[in-house]
Amino acid sequence: MITHLKKLFVISIVTVLVLMPFTQLNAGDMAAPGKPGDVKAAFVLVGPVGDGGWSYMHNESRLALKKLPYVKKTAFIESVPEGESERVIMEFARKGFNLIFTTSYGYADPTLNVARRFPNVVFEHCSGFLTSENMGNYFGRSHDAMFLAGMAAGEMTETNILGIVAAHPIPEVIRNVNAWALGAQSVNPDVKVHVVWTNSWFDPPREREGAESLVAIGADVLGQDQDSPAVQQVAQRNGLYSVGYNSDMTKFAPKAHLVSAVWDWSPIVNQIAEDLHNGVWKPEAIWPGLESGVVGLSPFGKMVTEDVIAKIEAKKQEIIDGKFVVFGGELKDQDGNIVVPAGVVPTDDELLSQYYLVKGVVGSLPGGEVRYQ
Amino acid sequence: MAEVFIHELEIIIGFLGPFLQAAIRSGTPLLFATIGEIYTERSGNINLGIEGLMLVGAVTGFMTSLWTGNPVLGVMLGAIGGGIVSLIHAFLTVTLNVNHIVSGLALVFFGTGVSAVLGTPLIGKIAPHFDEIRLGFLSDIPLIGKVFFQHNSLVYFSYIFVPLSWYFLYKTRTGLYIRTVGENPQTADTVGLNVAKIRYASIFAGGMMMGLGGAYLSLAYTPMWIENMVAGRGWVAIALVIFSMWNPMVAIFGAYLFGGMDALGFALQARGVQVSTHLLGMLPYLFTIFLLAGSMWRMRKKSMGLSISMGPSALGKPFSKEQKS
Repeated sequence: MITHLKKLFVISIVTVLVLMPFTQLNAGDMAAPGKPGDVKAAFVLVGPVGDGGWSYMHNESRLALKKLPYVKKTAFIESVPEGESERVIMEFARKGFNLIFTTSYGYADPTLNVARRFPNVVFEHCSGFLTSENMGNYFGRSHDAMFLAGMAAGEMTETNILGIVAAHPIPEVIRNVNAWALGAQSVNPDVKVHVVWTNSWFDPPREREGAESLVAIGADVLGQDQDSPAVQQVAQRNGLYSVGYNSDMTKFAPKAHLVSAVWDWSPIVNQIAEDLHNGVWKPEAIWPGLESGVVGLSPFGKMVTEDVIAKIEAKKQEIIDGKFVVFGGELKDQDGNIVVPAGVVPTDDELLSQYYLVKGVVGSLPGGEVRYQ
Repeated sequence: MAEVFIHELEIIIGFLGPFLQAAIRSGTPLLFATIGEIYTERSGNINLGIEGLMLVGAVTGFMTSLWTGNPVLGVMLGAIGGGIVSLIHAFLTVTLNVNHIVSGLALVFFGTGVSAVLGTPLIGKIAPHFDEIRLGFLSDIPLIGKVFFQHNSLVYFSYIFVPLSWYFLYKTRTGLYIRTVGENPQTADTVGLNVAKIRYASIFAGGMMMGLGGAYLSLAYTPMWIENMVAGRGWVAIALVIFSMWNPMVAIFGAYLFGGMDALGFALQARGVQVSTHLLGMLPYLFTIFLLAGSMWRMRKKSMGLSISMGPSALGKPFSKEQKS
């Protein structure tokens, strides 16, 4: 008898321990079928909402969405591994949510599979390219914002050595690194941009060591395409300048932080909800830029002069007006080969498969033959 | 001629200095966690919950420092937090004889979840933390000063703590008790040692060291709180225990080697040298596998050889007084 009780006790403790983290799940109650035009939106997130970066910004857009009068309910599940996402997405569809946002590249196929089974639910996938009758996708031209942030870095450097800590060598990140370098070169042609890859979206200690290695070779402005503010802290500690990414990183390094290239998904997410509310939603691939506010710049640090800010704002207007294209020709790669001929504007497909570093970037991409679609 | 030589020397020092300094800086949290696991395993218990305990240490340490304004108090409470949570594991495995692996893995989930809940209001806050401190002339010695004496005070603490932890485990009576309980609990019981009590104490002490490793991350290394900021270092510590053959002094080399591999990859990348960072990151794990294979081979040859490098004999085996084995 006692051993049975003991076993039961053990099992319940282990169960409680294992289930504990999942109590954060915020899926809400069973949703009753509502009036036409009501929106019940769910978000599937790849990281914790507390990552201070990617998933955090997606959750911010959910919080903004909640305020719209016709949005009756919102929910999210965080830290969903890509392999398990299909089950989570389906669960939301079953529970009566009629708008489901899936916000990681690897959720593409699971989203499509569930979309086929729930034709009356609208699915929106972030950072992919698939569409179907009831599935759209959305993303933003972050490289335009990175170009502008790079201008600030190019203006502030004294050693003419910039360093950027970057996550994975895939086109999305490569575009940001290249655009940052081109932005710096546009105001300071002598500048060299050293890049180190951490092979991780989020690993604060590795991000710090990547930044330290750039300080050691004399970089005096540090940039990042990483999710944590570790790089900003390194700049501050060494009395250097830094450029942030994802969200405004001023508070982590007030003396170092020049500006951040930031995401704000609300304009897209709100528009999608509004279209659904009005019955005019269409499955589209949405890839807006600075004009939409989806990508943009945080407020500038005090050390950035009015002249520089005016210059950057002017360039921003040129990009919005279509007078200037970040990756417009003539564009050369590291070895001096022309990758975009003079007068040519690269297509979206070419941008989505960009796999070279531009002239003036010091660093390398693994396996030059590999192409990431 | 001499000028050229001096110039080259400067380049080498310019490369080695920051790289070796980084090896120590990034190896230190691993070192604390590894020694914590060594103490736990020396007493015959396997605690795979390191990742979760480090997160608990990181969040309680950061929280304490934020509220009290005292990072030293933060480190202490971070360690105590790790110790207290590890007592769950002690209760399950020592008192209730639950499978160590299951209990440890449950602790990882628990620690991750609890730290996320506790940490939600802490994201984006700045707490008082440990900055780099220079130790007078020691820090000005060429190369040596840069590598060893330009760190935060927790690194200096580890210089004293690690040899002491070795001394305690190998040269004191209590250390002998811990190792005896890990090698042969029946014998230990016969000579009147309280096996359960010693294991509880070792698990608690180990949990404190893991919590300390976590607090190092949130209060000195990357001073902030972000969910899941340990990012897998708890699992690396488990490999390092085997690498170090359950010896705190050897763990120093393991931890610094691990830290150094990362730093070396970055140092080469920053200079534009083509290098596979995946390959460099793999090297310490490869090392561990070779080491394991080597010691198994040695044992096979001896057929009845001493299992010195294979860890405590009673590791992971349940022990209760009534049972005869």
